[in-house]
Amino acid sequence: MSEQKLTGAQIIIKALKDQGVDTIFGYPGGAVLPIYDALFQQNDLRHILVRHEQAAVHAAEGYARSTGKVGCVLVTSGPGATNAVTGLLDALCDSIPIVCLSGQVPTHLIGNDAFQEADTTGITRPCTKHNYLVKDVNNLARTLHEAFYVARSGRPGPVLIDVPKDVQFADGIYVPPTEVKHKTYRPQVKPEIARVEEAIELIANAKRPVFYTGGGVINAGPFAAKLLTQFVKATGFPITSTLMGLGAFPASDGQWLGMLGMHGTYEANLAMYNCDVMINIGARFDDRVTGKLSEFAPFSKKIHVDIDPSSINKTVEVDIPIVGDCGAVLEDMLRIWKARAKRPDQAALKEWWGQIDGWRARNCLNYNRTESVIKPQYALERLRDALRGKDHYVTTEVGQHQMWAAQFLPFDQPNRWMTSGGLGTMGYGLPAAIGAQIAHPDAIVVDVSGEASFLMNMQEIGTAVQYRAPVKIFILNNQYMGMVRQWQELLHGSRFSQSYSEALPDFVKLAEAWGCVGLRATTVAEVDEVIEKMLAVTDRPCIVDIAVDPKENCFPMIPGGKAHNEILFGPDDSPSSATPEDGMVLV
Amino acid sequence: MDESKIEKHTIAVLVDNEPGVLARVIGLFSGRGYNIESLTVAEVNNADHLSRITLVTSGTRMVIEQIKAQLDRLVPIHRVHDLTDEGPSVERELALVKVAGTGEKRIEALRLADIFKATVLDATLTSFVFELTGSTAQVDDFVGLMSQLGLVEASRTGVVAMSKGPSGF
Repeated sequence: MSEQKLTGAQIIIKALKDQGVDTIFGYPGGAVLPIYDALFQQNDLRHILVRHEQAAVHAAEGYARSTGKVGCVLVTSGPGATNAVTGLLDALCDSIPIVCLSGQVPTHLIGNDAFQEADTTGITRPCTKHNYLVKDVNNLARTLHEAFYVARSGRPGPVLIDVPKDVQFADGIYVPPTEVKHKTYRPQVKPEIARVEEAIELIANAKRPVFYTGGGVINAGPFAAKLLTQFVKATGFPITSTLMGLGAFPASDGQWLGMLGMHGTYEANLAMYNCDVMINIGARFDDRVTGKLSEFAPFSKKIHVDIDPSSINKTVEVDIPIVGDCGAVLEDMLRIWKARAKRPDQAALKEWWGQIDGWRARNCLNYNRTESVIKPQYALERLRDALRGKDHYVTTEVGQHQMWAAQFLPFDQPNRWMTSGGLGTMGYGLPAAIGAQIAHPDAIVVDVSGEASFLMNMQEIGTAVQYRAPVKIFILNNQYMGMVRQWQELLHGSRFSQSYSEALPDFVKLAEAWGCVGLRATTVAEVDEVIEKMLAVTDRPCIVDIAVDPKENCFPMIPGGKAHNEILFGPDDSPSSATPEDGMVLV
Repeated sequence: MDESKIEKHTIAVLVDNEPGVLARVIGLFSGRGYNIESLTVAEVNNADHLSRITLVTSGTRMVIEQIKAQLDRLVPIHRVHDLTDEGPSVERELALVKVAGTGEKRIEALRLADIFKATVLDATLTSFVFELTGSTAQVDDFVGLMSQLGLVEASRTGVVAMSKGPSGF
């Protein structure tokens, strides 16, 4: 079997199948025609034709994040590959496992500025975890298997394989995945037990502890989320999470403080500021989370669990670094915790929870409830209630609506929430929703969107229609690039430079033009009705245009360069005095 | 320990000798804003296609640790050793130095070359090409002296380094 001669294109298809791939997102072109020909002659691998290569990667991300599998992409050379770059970097920033195949001009033309030639490995080198140019067909199968291994191992990420057209035609030998072992790449999965024991002692003696968890728990799999929940319940400690980590711990639980960071809750950020022991599991001290570094959790001892050693002590120095997979570390933590019959200081914990409840009572997500205009928060609250108890997935675009979705939509399970965290890619949500819907055809998939983000990849409606993916595009239409407008209001003297969404289409007619269902709500009374109608559509995409208050801003907010205890609650807080010059230069 | 103190470190990296590997290393430094004071690379194991990169960099302790962690997570990298941290090591670089001139300056150049144990690779009636092997400081000194004696150009390899004692990489 392993001596069988196949063409390069056939080798690719066989390798994908052997890696368990059932769906590939792509767009054909001259340099990948042999692969498309091989795809045509088989029925195991399903190809989803997107309308733009960026969307192919985002759709594969949505597929990967909602299933825990590696997402797979196929694009042509030149513009096909360069269009995919944003998606690849998005996957790198959010640690999403992707294998992207790109066509390349024939080997003998490389370097000649041939038609649709690009230095794809050069361009994508800083945008991928690793990449390959395969010049010999006999290395193709091995490289593909290696790529899947690299993409999903350690800290996951995107891997690109550039395949010249002549290599796709050439006959070569196939090797199965079992015969491929990587020479150098062996990430540390199991933690050093001594470090875990140290951490357990610190945790057991904490007076004001907080769990701060991130996407690493989600990436470690549903088992890790289960272990996290058990460990947090066993300790009785409060827990907050990053944007990427939502769903790893059930939001419906009393120990959940909500998301932390720039638009996180008051209680989460103040718990971080005042804690004496911080237990970071799978988060990376991102600048959106830490705010002003010199005043980040100034009274705390810090434990940091991360599978990527380069994440440790990158921006924040920690006391107990633990390198390992979040699931493996949590397993050891829970085991040692139980074996040593640890019980934290109940009196101190009670006092700590008393303090936290005081912050909670501030009700920081409160907004001005009015009948005269639809508040975006209200629309999301109604969506939340309508989705409760239903099998659903949520993606978002980037901006105010994304932060509101993170604040107002609760997730009790991992892999249900997909948003572009690290790169902040507008246009992510719709293709990601399509990817998630392809993976879960019977579930409800909602893309919480803004009108500006939606326009960035709206061509993908065509993809959703073609594959009867009944995604729900829930547009909170405030006629502005809302987050840009908010920053201009707070930091640039309300000079709304280029942030108004001029010349918007009629989204209902747009939906109808594509054969989708289009709905609109302009009054508070219409919101529930529109959501109900939206959820009833199961055979085609549905675009919902919610006309929300154009002036609403997203609070709470920690302005750039400020500490966790310098949070703004709303328009009544004076932003001018609260934002120093150095905050203005931060992003 | 002073956290803001800038330290100079010599780091040795064993990599697969494959296309793009040097670009990955250099791209990491330029992309993340780290310094490269010198970098040398050549294949050291032909059978296994392994190359050894020696690089000299500077930064705070936190940055140096970050550089090593970032290097270590590049996929085609086998091992990263901080020779500055891991005990005594020897460091050398090689320089070719061209000096042109006549009369007293020419004689002085030759005399200094002798003191520095530089060898003459090429001589004409009006020029020399010297080869000098030594520490970075020695090469600096030699090039500095030659600049007053008709230095035309200098070409330096950058540092190669190795730990002292019996244990290997």
